[in-house]
Amino acid sequence: MLLGHVAFALLGRLGWNQLPPNAIAYGGAAMVVGGLLAVAGLITYLHRWKWLWKEWLTTQDPKRIGVMYVIVALIMLLRGAADAFLMRAQQSVSVGSNQGFLDASHFQQIVSAHGTIMIFFVAMGLMFGLINLVLPLQLGARDVAFPFMNASSFWLFFAGMALVMASLVLGDFSAAGWLAYPPLSELKYSPTVGVDYWIWALQISGIGSLLSGINFMVTIIKMRAPGMSLMKMPMFAWSVMGSMALVAFAFPILTVTLTLLALDRTIGTHFFTAGGGGNAMMYVNLIWAWGHPEVYILVLPAFGIWSEVVATFSRKALFGYTSMVWAIWAIVILSYTVWLHHFFTMGAGADVNAFFGITTAVIAVPTGVKIFNWLFTMYRGRISFRSPMLWFMGFVVIFTIGGVAGVMMSVPAIDYQVHNSLFLIAHFHMMIIGGVVFAFFSGLSYWFPKIFGFRLHEGLGKVAFWFWSVGFIVAFTPLYVLGLMGATRRLDHYDASLGWQPLFIVAGIGAALIGFGVAAQVAQLVVSILLRDSNRDLTGDPWNGRTLEWSVPSPAPFYSFTKQPVVQVRDQFWADKQAKKSHKEYEDVLLPKNSGWSVAVGALAFTFAFCLVWHMYWVLPLAFVGVVVTLVVRSMNDEPEYVLTAREVEKLDQAQARKVKEYEAIQS
Amino acid sequence: MKTRGKILVVATLLLAVVVLAGSYLHSHPIAVLQPAGQVGTKERNLMIFTASISLIVVVPVFVMLGMFAWRYREGNPRGRYDPKFEGNGRLEAVWWAIPAIFITIIGVITWNSSYALDPFKPLQGNKPLHIQVVALDWKWLFIYPEQGVASVNEAAIPVGTPVDFEITSDTVMTSFWAPQLGGQMYAMPGMNTQENLMAAKTGDFRGVAANISGSGFAGMSFTVKSQSQSDFKAWVGAAQHSGSKLTDFTYMNLARPSSNNKAAYYAAVQPDLYDTIIMKYMMPTDGGDSVDAVGVSF
Amino acid sequence: MNQEVALELRREHEATEKTIFGFWLYLMTDCVLFASLFAVYTVLRHNTFGGPNGRELFSLPYVLVETFALLTSSFTCGLAMLAAQRKAKHEVLFWLGVTFLLGALFLGLELHEFSKMAAEGNSWRRSGFLSSYFTLVGTHGAHITIGLTWMAVMGLYVRSRGLTDSVRKRLILLSLFWHFLDVIWIFIFTIVYLYGSLNV
Repeated sequence: MLLGHVAFALLGRLGWNQLPPNAIAYGGAAMVVGGLLAVAGLITYLHRWKWLWKEWLTTQDPKRIGVMYVIVALIMLLRGAADAFLMRAQQSVSVGSNQGFLDASHFQQIVSAHGTIMIFFVAMGLMFGLINLVLPLQLGARDVAFPFMNASSFWLFFAGMALVMASLVLGDFSAAGWLAYPPLSELKYSPTVGVDYWIWALQISGIGSLLSGINFMVTIIKMRAPGMSLMKMPMFAWSVMGSMALVAFAFPILTVTLTLLALDRTIGTHFFTAGGGGNAMMYVNLIWAWGHPEVYILVLPAFGIWSEVVATFSRKALFGYTSMVWAIWAIVILSYTVWLHHFFTMGAGADVNAFFGITTAVIAVPTGVKIFNWLFTMYRGRISFRSPMLWFMGFVVIFTIGGVAGVMMSVPAIDYQVHNSLFLIAHFHMMIIGGVVFAFFSGLSYWFPKIFGFRLHEGLGKVAFWFWSVGFIVAFTPLYVLGLMGATRRLDHYDASLGWQPLFIVAGIGAALIGFGVAAQVAQLVVSILLRDSNRDLTGDPWNGRTLEWSVPSPAPFYSFTKQPVVQVRDQFWADKQAKKSHKEYEDVLLPKNSGWSVAVGALAFTFAFCLVWHMYWVLPLAFVGVVVTLVVRSMNDEPEYVLTAREVEKLDQAQARKVKEYEAIQS
Repeated sequence: MKTRGKILVVATLLLAVVVLAGSYLHSHPIAVLQPAGQVGTKERNLMIFTASISLIVVVPVFVMLGMFAWRYREGNPRGRYDPKFEGNGRLEAVWWAIPAIFITIIGVITWNSSYALDPFKPLQGNKPLHIQVVALDWKWLFIYPEQGVASVNEAAIPVGTPVDFEITSDTVMTSFWAPQLGGQMYAMPGMNTQENLMAAKTGDFRGVAANISGSGFAGMSFTVKSQSQSDFKAWVGAAQHSGSKLTDFTYMNLARPSSNNKAAYYAAVQPDLYDTIIMKYMMPTDGGDSVDAVGVSF
Repeated sequence: MNQEVALELRREHEATEKTIFGFWLYLMTDCVLFASLFAVYTVLRHNTFGGPNGRELFSLPYVLVETFALLTSSFTCGLAMLAAQRKAKHEVLFWLGVTFLLGALFLGLELHEFSKMAAEGNSWRRSGFLSSYFTLVGTHGAHITIGLTWMAVMGLYVRSRGLTDSVRKRLILLSLFWHFLDVIWIFIFTIVYLYGSLNV
């Protein structure tokens, strides 16, 4: 008895019975633990711990932080994709008397994890990764406004990710869907730790995102190269600015919503409970007041990437620059006025539904304008169909079809018939995969040489593109039909008499094709690294680019620019090339020192959240004091920067130039 | 020759897909597109109309994408290269206008249909049948206050008669949806929502819980039996003779979580059961506060 | 050497500008956070679920004392800032100290009110209204606590380092934060206590 009390005081709800309940769950846990051990073993074997810590984990260089974001996001993409395969496999077999291989609760956990991971840890991760990699270089800045905060944002993102992964090993994950509507997500109906994991994973990574939003806003407004007025910024920078404005004004709502749900679950408040004076409809409103802007938070930078890619590969300046800027800000404003369209079926009056239906449809206008402008950027261009451009072609087709479905659903009376059905699922996957994920893949292959100094293998890139696109159509077209047949989302089982099985099997085949696409991407990465000597980017400008990031050598040096660039026109680098201007000048460079404190912020956040999830309350004050001490100690350090003199910069620059010569010799 | 071979393969594949899809769809009904009631029919027509007029935007986009990609591909000498062509006020005005016109049409449709197809609006016709719907873990309870009967997972309605469903939940939130009749409405504890539907044909129509509500969610479906007046009367009569009554106690048993329930019938229903179910979420109940016991773990 | 000094000055200037702008943005996000909490309170304020409402719970005179303490602390914080501009170290310390004491008084009064309500059985568990009340006012209180901690640390800085540029920059941020909390409190006073006592 006493032992039990002690264990409870120390470990809270944690105990042996929280290990995975069955073979499939054990498989997931084994992958997490095994993967961690394998990576740790490899690093130990190669004696790389010190290198890892000094060069990467403690770095404040946005390019390196960007790379870490992308790596984490790609690993999470594998996890999210695995969840998707399990779902489709279950739905292909779990018909009639066959109950499939997943029980309902496990299936619902997988569904919830899939959505949560894909949005928060894949899409957001790739987005922040690409912004870190590209934005400062495009602005002619060496860094973001607050490097330490930037690194801390990454580590908060990492801590959130770690919590989701921990739920595979200890306890369970939320089974309440990716947005965890109460009362289902309240303690009474979801008594396990699952929803708590969900809350705190999102809360922590969400605070990281919020800080990043502030950081990039300040970077764009205060750190552009001399001469770069706002209307001379690259379109990607504009789109990031729109997106970050949304982050700054939408994420606090998420913070509040999650906190209130957590309070309901831990200290017995009645915000969203059924009864007790709670109001679950308020949760649905709040979560979508964040959730709809979130869609545009993701899609705006994606649009920015398309603007860069289409212009570069058509060898023309972006068509209708001013229109594009207006379109972005129209989307930013409108995206706050549409949240109710996620629940037309809640019984608001006809006037309310009509209002939100119309505002929703209006967003199609600026979006349509953007598509026309991209098309006219291609018009009278010289289009080279490298893989980044192929992704764009796929995007236009998929996004337009998905967009039509979206406009249909903006009419409340139509939405009544497709809401919560697989039709909706098909629609938003077309928007988020076609619109967002394709853009990030395109951006990754576009900017990859800038960061690593060599291009990704083009052939395998094309293979990946075709598998993704064809697989995508095969996977999601049946869902439109299933939705219209009355199939709802998140079904772990259905009656044989409905005759849905063939369509679910086709959708499963589509998922498998996407799986081949993912495999091709993994192969592409490996092959590209192995064959890097033949794929070197010697010029720093492999695609005949237009914006400042291509003016520095590849891989971009850690000091970014030898001298702060000065801008007179849009697409300054393109203009310089036309004028055959090139000059090498050097200046003293100020750079942030590495700091382990940002890692500490992430570690403390993880500890805090993990102990909250498991009710190990005694740790909380310790973790809290840890955070305060970290902040105070860090803020006492007045000089977290160092100077790299012009002479040192020159030396480094020339060393890189020598290396390029060597590679040139190898290649010829 | 090589290209022709490729085209042949792709064409054959596409043909096979079309044939297979056609034969599948021929033998499987698409509920939303083959409605059995006036609300569903109007919603379907709206859907088809909206999809059709969106072609105003889709067709030009696809045509231009294909044409520009082909004509201005690198290495095609016929495509003119004009890097200075980077803006044109008139052209841009055109494509601010095209989607704007499209959306104006959609906006008008949205406004009108939101009122015309408001689920709370009573339908025209004879005196409506009143059914109270309670979502439970994980089954649907249908109370017929005027007939004094109740049923689980099965709702009989007379064909051609407007039906006024009042909807609530005595568990988490979920959604009431009978696709062939039309519409969908959330069922929420402590709330009363409404859905007015009318069947134009007789037959059995599937209804589901459309929003995730826990582990038995996938099996939480019901059948709407649309019947002639006389069959409906017979159904009510059979229920009245089923023997079991829905009292406080039997209701409590029914409300316990259970999945994949078969249809069941109750001869009599305690009056005001539906209101009691809603009210218990609005005010503390007398004996022991079941709600306040939730979530106190500090 | 001269160039290095110039670089240093430019860096300092830019950093200050960035930090203050970033802090403004942060305050905007905090504004959204409080706006959400106000919205929640407005939705739930009549959901008393059989429990007491604001009129039965709040005592306006008590809250007026709290308000007076906080508003005065904002004034003394302003005096500290003026002193900082004159680089009058001891004055800064004195006014910061007064501000701290007034802030602590405010916090003490609030905590006393909270514990009294909880002891009478009207804690956050009682009803949706009380949940939203405790959370909205408590979040403000948590901000005050952070502000007080920060003020204490700044006091130590001023004592040990004097009024250097970087210390003064931080004082500016702190005062922005403190005034911001004042503004939020005025909304709380009006929407929660005043409307609550009038039961509108």
